[in-house]
Amino acid sequence: MRVALLDDNLALGGQIWRAEATRDVNTAAARWIRRAATAGAKMVTRARVFDAPAPGVLAAEMNEGDEERRIELRYRQLLVATGARERFLPFPGWTLRNVLGAGGLQAMVKSGLPVAGKRVVIAGSGPLLAAVAAYLRHHGAEIALLCEQAPASQTAGLALALAKYPGKWAPAAALVWQLAGVRRATNCWPIAAEGDEVLRAVRVLRNGRETRIACDYLACGFHLVPNLELPLLLGCRTRGGYIEIDEAQRTSVANVFCAGEPTGIAGVDAALIGGQIAAAAAAGRPISARQKRARRRWHRFGMALDRACALRAELRLLAGPETLVCRCEDVAYARLASCRDWRDAKLQTRCGMGPCQGRVCGPATRFLFGWQDVSIRPPLFPVPVASLAAAATPDTGAEPAFEAVAGKNDS
Amino acid sequence: MSCGSLDVAIAGAGIVGAACARECARRGLRVRVFDRAGVGGGATAAGMGHIVVMDDSEAQFALTRYSQRLWQELRPELPAAVEYESAGTLWVAADEEEMAEVERKRGYYEARGVACEAVSAAQLAALEPNLRPGLTGALLVPGDAVVYPPCAAQYLLAQAVAAGAEVSLGSPIVALGEGRVRLANGETIRAGRIVNACGAWAPELTSGLAIRPRKGHLLITDRYPGFVRHQLVELGYLKSAHSLTLDSVAFNVQPRHTGQVLIGSSRQFGAADGAVEAPMLARMLARAQAYMPALGRLSGLRAWTGFRAATPDKLPLIGPVPGDDSLYLATGHEGLGITTSLATGRLIADLMTGASPSLPAEPYLPSRTLSHEN
Repeated sequence: MRVALLDDNLALGGQIWRAEATRDVNTAAARWIRRAATAGAKMVTRARVFDAPAPGVLAAEMNEGDEERRIELRYRQLLVATGARERFLPFPGWTLRNVLGAGGLQAMVKSGLPVAGKRVVIAGSGPLLAAVAAYLRHHGAEIALLCEQAPASQTAGLALALAKYPGKWAPAAALVWQLAGVRRATNCWPIAAEGDEVLRAVRVLRNGRETRIACDYLACGFHLVPNLELPLLLGCRTRGGYIEIDEAQRTSVANVFCAGEPTGIAGVDAALIGGQIAAAAAAGRPISARQKRARRRWHRFGMALDRACALRAELRLLAGPETLVCRCEDVAYARLASCRDWRDAKLQTRCGMGPCQGRVCGPATRFLFGWQDVSIRPPLFPVPVASLAAAATPDTGAEPAFEAVAGKNDS
Repeated sequence: MSCGSLDVAIAGAGIVGAACARECARRGLRVRVFDRAGVGGGATAAGMGHIVVMDDSEAQFALTRYSQRLWQELRPELPAAVEYESAGTLWVAADEEEMAEVERKRGYYEARGVACEAVSAAQLAALEPNLRPGLTGALLVPGDAVVYPPCAAQYLLAQAVAAGAEVSLGSPIVALGEGRVRLANGETIRAGRIVNACGAWAPELTSGLAIRPRKGHLLITDRYPGFVRHQLVELGYLKSAHSLTLDSVAFNVQPRHTGQVLIGSSRQFGAADGAVEAPMLARMLARAQAYMPALGRLSGLRAWTGFRAATPDKLPLIGPVPGDDSLYLATGHEGLGITTSLATGRLIADLMTGASPSLPAEPYLPSRTLSHEN
């Protein structure tokens, strides 16, 4: 099979593996990327898929230094592996400088931001926080506190779920959840970030008691939200907030498969199994009983993880009337509170209509107000007008060139 | 609810329905507006918000000119969110034939008291430096303006409410006429008068309307303050928009209050759905780039579509429906609904209350196209 892999990052590996793969050739990440690279697949990095202009065609924006270029890729089968992004929730002061996404701070450190000797508070929900804490500590940061909003009883449920999975899977997942040497509090969440323009301190509520913690950075992430934009644009059905797939990772759209976080937030190993099953199905190979079992197991783990990271109702009350919810368009909470739904909010306040296209405030308002975002339209990312002007009239007679894998990460 | 005494039920909370509600409520009528979704969610949300005087016909001129005056009167009280900007329109001529059209248009407007000014190629380049070199000139109509339609509709509706109107959102109407409105939830509401202001969806509730949905695409860019200063429309627009059969695109670019650039326009009949169509979007943007090459470098944020309610003679349907004493229409505004909403509201209220019409109503009466047999 001729395979092309499109990714919007500079290098393969996604959010989680990117750095790891280049640091140590012996990691699983490095092995997988090597396998992909030597298997004859065409790697197209720095390519952001922004449209599916016709069935079997993807349009992507290639970033080559200062130049942006539109490419079109024809495929017979498509595997969507678009990953997930952090969920942010608005609270007073969350727009201060040095209040960042947990993954965002990690990415900045990867790009050279020095954090040695800096005090960092990490807050939100989910295992990603622990992974980021470990990474920052490794680079010399002092983790003042890791605040997990869920009560211990809720995360204990996850530990219990993990214990059910013997073998090599459990330790990897458990490792990121339980981080040795980091001060960690459950039942604890930020209620305000303080500072003039730059962050000075965070006030957190911990077991009902308010504490003020001086810090240089606040890294937040209230669990993850799947990147569903591309599969939704393709017309894939969802169920329970994820892309609906069958036993072979097939979506509701013919010849479109999906793997990884869009099908359920369950971490690296779940993504690996899902990807292998989808690839086998696409190639017409059988799926082994072991793979099927692992798939079911990781599906249950994902559900347990969602339960463990379920956001507490108090988090809906953090934003004050003046707190910005949409940073692109400067829309404060009070203006949204009178809107009847997401579309009404967009039209009346421009919430979600800025450059991030609602990727930040969309999930936040879904949690705060229960709004559903149903308007997925091209371009999926802002692209130069010239790229949109260059779309040719669809030529459906052309021979599909590739079986395509589309992965992308919001950075 | 007690619904026995509504004077006017209005179907559709777009800008036209909102303007009708405001006028009727201010004349003491008991009004309720219904919409299947929210305020201004149809063509109102999709439109550019260009307040423009047009001269396709005397009737179109009269309606747009009167509306433009109403907008200018309303301007001092409009909240900031409506983003009223006196941007003015530049009708851009690309050749001598179109320059002759500039002269004709100038003569027409001047004879009717609309301020305007013919602009040379050099002046045009100075007014809009991002236009390509080599254009022939333009007609500047400084009284034209730009608004943000969803908030304009919201404001008009809020004024209606202040004058006593009620609003039922998320209340789809499944049937109307003969003094009754039936909602999807089974409820029937009596009203002395009913206004169908459902835009391109009006035929779903009133049969026999000569209205066809005409799809349009728009694209908005990130913020580039000063990149465009006037609403720019090609005069070739007149040729292409006139065509009632073929799909067409035209260079039509607008500076938004935010510094964003709104790029149009396309016209299509017979579109299957509201999806953004890459080929049509590409045609539209290529046309825009032909006039304004630097647009190509701007970051395109979002694209969307909408459906205009198009009539065969390009005039709206405003007034009573023959054969049903209770039923009025306020639809068929095609691409001019934001501009002509205010005049439509006036006319509807005039006709209902028997007041002497603010302008001759005959050219817009539904009876001109409708052979109603109800």
